[in-house]
Amino acid sequence: MKTRVVVNGEMYERDVEPRMLMSDFIRHELGLTGTNVGCEHGVCGSCTVVLDGEPVRSCTMLAVQADGRRITTVEGLSNDGEMHGLQRAFTACHGLQCGFCTPGFLMTLLPVYNEGKRLESEEIREVISGNLCRCTGYQQIVESVQMALDEAADLAESGEGPDRPSDDADVS
Amino acid sequence: MGSVKPPPFDYVRAANLDDVWDALDADEDAKVIAGGQSLIPLLSLRFASPSLLVDLGALGELTGVQLTDSVLRIGALTRHCEVERNAAIRAAAPLLAEAATWVAHPQIRNRGTLGGSVAHGDSAAEFPAALLALDATMVARSRAGERRVAATDFFLSYFTTALEPGEILAAVELPVARSSSTWGFAEFARRRGDYAIGGAAVQAERDADGSCRSVRAGLLAAGPAPCLAPGLADAFAGRVVDRQLIAGVVDEALARLAPGENVHGSAGYRKDVIGEMLRRALASAFELGEVA
Ligand SMILES: Cc1cc2nc3c(=O)[nH]c(=O)nc-3n(C[C@H](O)[C@H](O)[C@H](O)COP(=O)(O)OP(=O)(O)OC[C@H]3O[C@@H](n4cnc5c(N)ncnc54)[C@H](O)[C@@H]3O)c2cc1C
Ligand code: FES
Ligand code: FES
Repeated sequence: MKTRVVVNGEMYERDVEPRMLMSDFIRHELGLTGTNVGCEHGVCGSCTVVLDGEPVRSCTMLAVQADGRRITTVEGLSNDGEMHGLQRAFTACHGLQCGFCTPGFLMTLLPVYNEGKRLESEEIREVISGNLCRCTGYQQIVESVQMALDEAADLAESGEGPDRPSDDADVS
Repeated sequence: MGSVKPPPFDYVRAANLDDVWDALDADEDAKVIAGGQSLIPLLSLRFASPSLLVDLGALGELTGVQLTDSVLRIGALTRHCEVERNAAIRAAAPLLAEAATWVAHPQIRNRGTLGGSVAHGDSAAEFPAALLALDATMVARSRAGERRVAATDFFLSYFTTALEPGEILAAVELPVARSSSTWGFAEFARRRGDYAIGGAAVQAERDADGSCRSVRAGLLAAGPAPCLAPGLADAFAGRVVDRQLIAGVVDEALARLAPGENVHGSAGYRKDVIGEMLRRALASAFELGEVA
């Protein structure tokens, strides 16, 4: 079955079985292995991608359901080799150890980051409540997010706007 | 190429309701899919193996929130995140909007639908309990037209509802909250967003003198199907509700429940949790302050 999806600004058309999960489509069909899969039934959040501006789990979606839609994966974050503000903050605050969960956290956070809002630590915990990390104990992740959001808000207030992944190809 | 987890099936994205009826008539092993947040995990675990998935996602007829004087109609495809934020729902059915914030995690709430949760019929789910408390009506639809089923007649047993083969859930209808309405919600889970170990959703009406005119409490994880706490309405009717009354009524309700043991714990433990959540939800509805 044909499915046409814009991923990280690029249009892909593939013929896939209806039963193919979006996570497998991204990893095996497109070769974008930054999106990690842990539980593969919706519990851990490591497979989170951004679908039309909202974070969703790619393992609880079929590739054919993404037909005509646009997706951003962790590969879409950096710009010409320049790391995204979220990635810089995770590096600076030790928001990762093994890094397995990190793409899921980053993609969960991207829409919040793009809004340019500052959040309290409790609100940050609510945003990331659907993502499991087995290494960090979450404290450094919360600090990373705080740093990234503060930076994004500063930029928004100065009129420059935060980093945005390029995502402008047309699906239709 | 690549690994696949679910068993093979065909897939059709319905463009209109006739596509749905045709697909369901032609294949008795066909299943509809909405947000996929319960069904796709079940497929990946191979607990379900439909021959055909009929995707409802593009059907405008199943979307939208309409408010008339006394009825709020919410389309089945309304996503959890929309139930949480929609201004009309927050004003007319605040209990339902609060319940939405307890359903799973943000990423799942961005895909999962109210109709999917209701049709799934999980006794530990938030929406069925809230809809029972709200005295909702489920609007079922088939080729023959619409059929209305009271929430109390809808949830039959483990993951089993009153929907017939060839029928889908089109919408739910709720009475609009009035100035006399009040509500409370309490849930216990190991981690926010996980399915409830126990919980309660309370909707009540008060008279001007503060006495209780009516009360209903939907329970989470209290039996095979979503259910109401027994005996509340009669015990509370016409009385000013205080902690002592709540304690007695909850004890009596618990005596009539048999939640059974499961992965979360023994029957006794689960009864204790449900009882405590019911006490808290009632205390919150009748503004009796934080429970110690
Ligand atoms: C990790 C995780 C945690 C979760 N935690 C919770 C939780 O705490 N509380 C909770 O309530 N839910 C929870 N869920 C489930 C989630 O809320 C689902 O979104 C919901 O149960 C089903 O809605 P859906 O739209 O995704 O339905 P789908 O998965 O598409 O369908 C579910 C079932 O309903 C049927 N169906 C769907 N729509 C209709 C319709 N309109 N008419 C007739 N039949 C229909 C399908 O055929 C299927 O049998 C969780 C899910 C995951 C993956
Ligand atoms: S791999 Fe998708 S949520 Fe765990
Ligand atoms: S850094 Fe290892 S799981 Fe999060």
